[in-house]
Amino acid sequence: MSADVPAARHPGALEYLTTKKDEFVGWARKFSLFPYPFVTACCAMEFMAVSSTPYDTDRFGAALPRFSPRQSDLLMVVGTITHKQAPVLRRVYEQMCEPKWVIAFGVCATSGGFYQNYATLPGIDRIIPVDLYIPGCPPRPEMVIDGIMKLQNRIAHDRHPIITDSF
Amino acid sequence: MAAALHERVLARWSSAAREAVIAHGTLVLVVDPEVLVEVVGSLKREFGFDMLLDVTAVDWPGREPRFDVVYHFYTTREFVRVRIKTQVPESAPVVGSLLPLYNAAGIAERECHDMYGIEFRGNPDLRPILLYEGFVGHPLRKDYPKQLEQPLIPYRK
Amino acid sequence: MSTPLPNPIRPAFGPDERAGTTVVSIGPSHPATHGTVQIVAELSGERILRADVHCGYLHRGFEKECESHTWHNLIPYVDRLNYCSALINDFAYCDAVERLMGIEITPRCRYLRTLLAEYSRIADHLTCTAATLMELGAMTAFLYLVMLRDYIYEHLADLTGARVTYSFGRIGGLARDLPAGWLERLEQILREYEVFVGRVHGLVDRNRIFIDRMRDVGVLCSAEAIDWGYTGPVLRSTGVPRDLRKDTPYLAYADLEFAVPVGIKGDNYDRYFVRMREMDESVHMIRQLVERLPPGPISVDDRRCTLPDKHLVYTEIESLISHFKLISEGPQVPAGEIYSAHEGANGELGFYIVSTGDCMPYKLHVRAPSFVHIGGIHRLLEGYQLADLVPTFGSINMIGGECDR
Repeated sequence: MSADVPAARHPGALEYLTTKKDEFVGWARKFSLFPYPFVTACCAMEFMAVSSTPYDTDRFGAALPRFSPRQSDLLMVVGTITHKQAPVLRRVYEQMCEPKWVIAFGVCATSGGFYQNYATLPGIDRIIPVDLYIPGCPPRPEMVIDGIMKLQNRIAHDRHPIITDSF
Repeated sequence: MAAALHERVLARWSSAAREAVIAHGTLVLVVDPEVLVEVVGSLKREFGFDMLLDVTAVDWPGREPRFDVVYHFYTTREFVRVRIKTQVPESAPVVGSLLPLYNAAGIAERECHDMYGIEFRGNPDLRPILLYEGFVGHPLRKDYPKQLEQPLIPYRK
Repeated sequence: MSTPLPNPIRPAFGPDERAGTTVVSIGPSHPATHGTVQIVAELSGERILRADVHCGYLHRGFEKECESHTWHNLIPYVDRLNYCSALINDFAYCDAVERLMGIEITPRCRYLRTLLAEYSRIADHLTCTAATLMELGAMTAFLYLVMLRDYIYEHLADLTGARVTYSFGRIGGLARDLPAGWLERLEQILREYEVFVGRVHGLVDRNRIFIDRMRDVGVLCSAEAIDWGYTGPVLRSTGVPRDLRKDTPYLAYADLEFAVPVGIKGDNYDRYFVRMREMDESVHMIRQLVERLPPGPISVDDRRCTLPDKHLVYTEIESLISHFKLISEGPQVPAGEIYSAHEGANGELGFYIVSTGDCMPYKLHVRAPSFVHIGGIHRLLEGYQLADLVPTFGSINMIGGECDR
């Protein structure tokens, strides 16, 4: 980007503006997460519980699920992913637009859980990059909320460039 | 009530069966694959076993014939179960399909074929149901290693 | 992104087979199919002409996994079959092994297992009804029922330590006895149940929109239901009063007084109503069980499966050895085979166990009601509208863990 103000005369002015922009965009993005609940197994029960009373993810702005990858930015992989399901997960991930984050919800998504056999993918990070791992079989809703808050902290302190690397 | 039904089935079929026992309250008949469909048809029409519960197989490597194909039936009128077993060798694991008699056989036989490789002659749809296209082998056989994965997508990093 | 991803299934019909029709693939990552079923549907406008249903996206290798775990160590795997009513799976499995071993559980254990099984059944029916109603748009009913289910989860966490998958059953008994105050809280929850479910009945039962969407949709006749292997609430909704708890009573069901609700037409509305009435019957059964709960030990006093008391383990050598062997190898189940079925929340949940006398099962097969139901579900979808797929699929209550195992 072109510097309207030469850096020598106003050191840090541009950096100050971009930092403030990043803070504002980070604040907006973290409180308006649209999860794509990629739900498969038992963790779905805790996902339903954390979305409803008394745990309520709506307080964090992360309540409205969007079942289309084009409209969501948070991919929550809830439950075991098998090798049969892996191409589907990969396709859904690829169809999502930047910026996007991935939560591995439960030990099966994190590492395959206690299923160590021919059918189960040993953790979704074998096929897609993961931003947050929430262990538990299934994790208590409080753990999920803690995880979402950690992710929100990360989003808040992240850089949000106008022109991204993948463009 | 169960005992009377067992008696009647045994009276009709124990001569044609290789083995007929009552194990833990359930009548078990071991029949040859050639007479399987006939026996099951008779159980349905004459003895009222109107529901096919399950089709599965047991792998006994080292025994000839290698596979036991196991069927469970239930009668909704007299609340009695019966187990029919038949034995097929590894070289020709073929049994007649029960699809003409019970529609529930469709999906159960698909699973048995997936897991053990048993061919059900007469079932037009034996596509993989629990496994996926491109999976080689039959995982529930004892010689398939438990952790042998066949990933569809190559792993990252 | 440029390399095409492999297709894990082979559909029964291709996209261009007939003119004037469209083939859509619904799922497997789809809210209506609960994330693990793919329905390749040929549509003529909005009407489904043919449906090819594919499950198996949650096949986690349960049977193969169980062949390499001891009889006790595989109880957590059994839990995760029908994860909505995990305790029923635990007890059905433990019952099968106990029958194979020839163990008779204590009266208190029998009653407690029955109570917890009915409690789990309520949780399962709440989940199914809540999900179906939410998918139809009734978000309020979903929130009421899930709130109630949350009370049940917290209450079971007080007893077992976990909210969703408990691993509470043990061969020969249960993991532990009830904590103090558990039964009082149970009565409070049953009273909350009446309030919440009463509200849901008021919102939904005579609601024009609900009736239009559920009545005469997904109709199943009783002969077809039996032929396709349907059991449980789906079979009962067609008018066939078959219930394993009444027909071949097990656990403490012979001592209880309860009705078996049946439907009239076998459509979605009947399946919804049968489940609601079954929950009422479960509450009635739980109250009877609480009244008659016998005192006594939880686990049978049998060294083949029950861990000895801790003070004996520290003082007697036989108890120490017994404890050691039970933890490292688990119970030794005599050679033989058995098929034992309980009435799960979806129907006949059967365990076919083959043992060779080893410390691990030779074969452990689950007759999963959801799997058998999926085999026939295309009959309930064909001929109806695409939007009817949502309540029909929801009312069958296909649980992925049980269906794909």
